[in-house]
Amino acid sequence: MAAMTSYRRMQLYGALLLLPAAVLLATFAYLPTIATLINSLFLPGFRGEPAEFVGLENYQLLIEDTTFWRVARNNLIYALGTIPTSIAIALGMALFVNARLPGRGFVRMAYFTPTILPMIAAANIWMFFYAPQIGLFNKLLGALGLSGVNWLGDPSVALTSVIVMTVWKEAGFFMIFYLAALQSIPPELKEASDLEGTSRWSFFWRVTFPLLMPTTLFVLINALINAVRVVDHLFILTKGGPNNATNLLLYYVYENAFSFFDRTYAATITVVILLVLAVVATVKFAILDRRTHYQ
Amino acid sequence: MTNNNHQRIRLEAVSKRWDDTTAVDAISFDVTPGQFVILLGPSGCGKSTTLRMIAGLEEASAGRIEIGERDVTRLPPGDRGLSMVFQSYALFPHLSVADNIVFGLRSRKVPKAERRERLARVAQLVDLEAYLERKPAQLSGGQRQRVALARSIISEHPICLMDEPLSNLDARLRGEMRREIKALQARLGMTVIYVTHDQVEAMSMGDRVILMQDGRIVQDGAPDELYSRPASAFAASFIGSPAMNLVKLAASDAAAVIDGETEVAVAPAAAAGGQLGIRPEDIEVQPIDGSGVPAEVIDEEYLGADTILQLGVGSQRLRARLPGKHSLSSGTRCRLAWAPEAAHLFGADGLRRDDLTPVAFSATVARTAGKGGAGAPSSTAGSTHP
Ligand SMILES: Nc1ncnc2c1ncn2[C@@H]1O[C@H](COP(=O)(O)OP(=O)(O)OP(=O)(O)O)[C@@H](O)[C@H]1O
Ligand SMILES: [Mg+2]
Repeated sequence: MAAMTSYRRMQLYGALLLLPAAVLLATFAYLPTIATLINSLFLPGFRGEPAEFVGLENYQLLIEDTTFWRVARNNLIYALGTIPTSIAIALGMALFVNARLPGRGFVRMAYFTPTILPMIAAANIWMFFYAPQIGLFNKLLGALGLSGVNWLGDPSVALTSVIVMTVWKEAGFFMIFYLAALQSIPPELKEASDLEGTSRWSFFWRVTFPLLMPTTLFVLINALINAVRVVDHLFILTKGGPNNATNLLLYYVYENAFSFFDRTYAATITVVILLVLAVVATVKFAILDRRTHYQ
Repeated sequence: MTNNNHQRIRLEAVSKRWDDTTAVDAISFDVTPGQFVILLGPSGCGKSTTLRMIAGLEEASAGRIEIGERDVTRLPPGDRGLSMVFQSYALFPHLSVADNIVFGLRSRKVPKAERRERLARVAQLVDLEAYLERKPAQLSGGQRQRVALARSIISEHPICLMDEPLSNLDARLRGEMRREIKALQARLGMTVIYVTHDQVEAMSMGDRVILMQDGRIVQDGAPDELYSRPASAFAASFIGSPAMNLVKLAASDAAAVIDGETEVAVAPAAAAGGQLGIRPEDIEVQPIDGSGVPAEVIDEEYLGADTILQLGVGSQRLRARLPGKHSLSSGTRCRLAWAPEAAHLFGADGLRRDDLTPVAFSATVARTAGKGGAGAPSSTAGSTHP
């Protein structure tokens, strides 16, 4: 009897410990998710009328919406353009500043600086780089006698310009993770392989890279989520234009919700985004994790 | 034996300096092929640095290192033809035992068939056949140690460097691995330079022990030489367990006595100001009515096979090791004696003084075979033994 009550008390104790986190998660993550899901099944009520239940009609609209597909395609290109590049650059920078080079503290700082800047501030800086007449890039091109490019105004260039800025912003952040991981690799591993005359290249692919795999995975997931989640720079740089050339999914959600006041359609796109991210997370935990060596 | 001169290692005035610290200070030695050489010394004396300079992992600041007939001072580690076992084992955590062992062979582009064959042979040699598919994290410390050994053996380099390879193991396993490494070395005819700060390891494994202090060589010789003829007070205190007693000598009349004890002369007058060293196992404890240096029991410690006595003589303290169990309560007065050849004299600078001979003062001491017990009685203080 006594054992039973003490067991109960332990359970209660555990539940109480979980409660704050559970309440926060439920209030700010699960409830909104469910509300969004429900919202996506309605049409907005105009002039005070109640919203009308329409089932999957919003999804039907979505499939027929060419702008949505354009934006989804943009986002895919944006992801493919930013993720591998920023990860590769981050790894390269980390390897570079992890080596014994003079003033490496300074170089590390320099590489990390873009990360400390808020996205909005970074976008403002790049606004200056990209500006058609007075911009840095066009000034440089002009000095070389080349005609300038309308970096953000030309639909065929604008998305690339946005991608470049994002890579610049993200690489330094990911570098920090790689740097931490590199420093946790014992230097004797390098020495042991040096004694056998292993080339740097071979050591990188046979030892460093596999040992960095958990970090790569972590960074990859972060980069993927960021590709869908962070659109702050669009507000400054392009506002999704010209002609939706740089519009991304989340910015499109924002437009629908707050420019076109179509809350339920925005909810529908949000559900699609959540689905995509859920698939990504599942792939990560189910497949990649099992193949990765964790120390 | 074929000509195995490529195993010879020679260091000529090799130094290593970091900014203001000198880790290794112009040391020289020659290692002949097939030798098991121990680098022994207290922490921070430069053993690892010396070893790493031989391996090429650290560049010598000055001096010359030769392996075989080649000057390798500026050669990268991979071109020196040696392997190394690290204290931390340095196993690749993401690779299986088998892949760890053949890592170097893959770097050297050894064909796959040969790799497999050599792996099988080495795995059998170090008794790892059952674990080849495991990751290092799934092995015990001793097994990891064996993998590290296997990795250095499989390279078939004639020279193997080891930096405290056993220090992460428990005492029993260490004893076992000590014998195994020694047997392997003898069987494969490898030249081994082995770093340790454990004098037991040094004495039991080495053909030759190089004792270092503050980046310099203090003594270089066979283990029994270090034990029986320590070159300095430091060497004397480093080898043996418990360590050799070192007592201060003071001048008295025409002879030197143990500081604070004026009755019995133990050394010629010239030894005063220096130190007298006697190993605990060489001291004989006799009743107070016997002959020898008067002493008082301070404390006793029973260790099973023997008893360690703490003794006070004048202002100095000594330890004596007596076989078996003895119960001498503290405060008991007694006399100590030792054979003259068991006493070592060191000058004020800590160096051994072979120009002086300790005084023989006890007729009863005759521990060393072949040496008669004919010594002068204690009353003839000052007489020098021939
Ligand atoms: N990279 C380094 N930079 C500066 N000083 C160093 C460096 N490596 C070693 N030292 C110094 O050199 C001296 C010798 O170091 P070493 O590692 O050779 O000692 P050791 O004899 O192997 O000691 P232990 O038994 O503790 O391993 C030490 O005083 C150490 O502080
Ligand atoms: Mg060391």
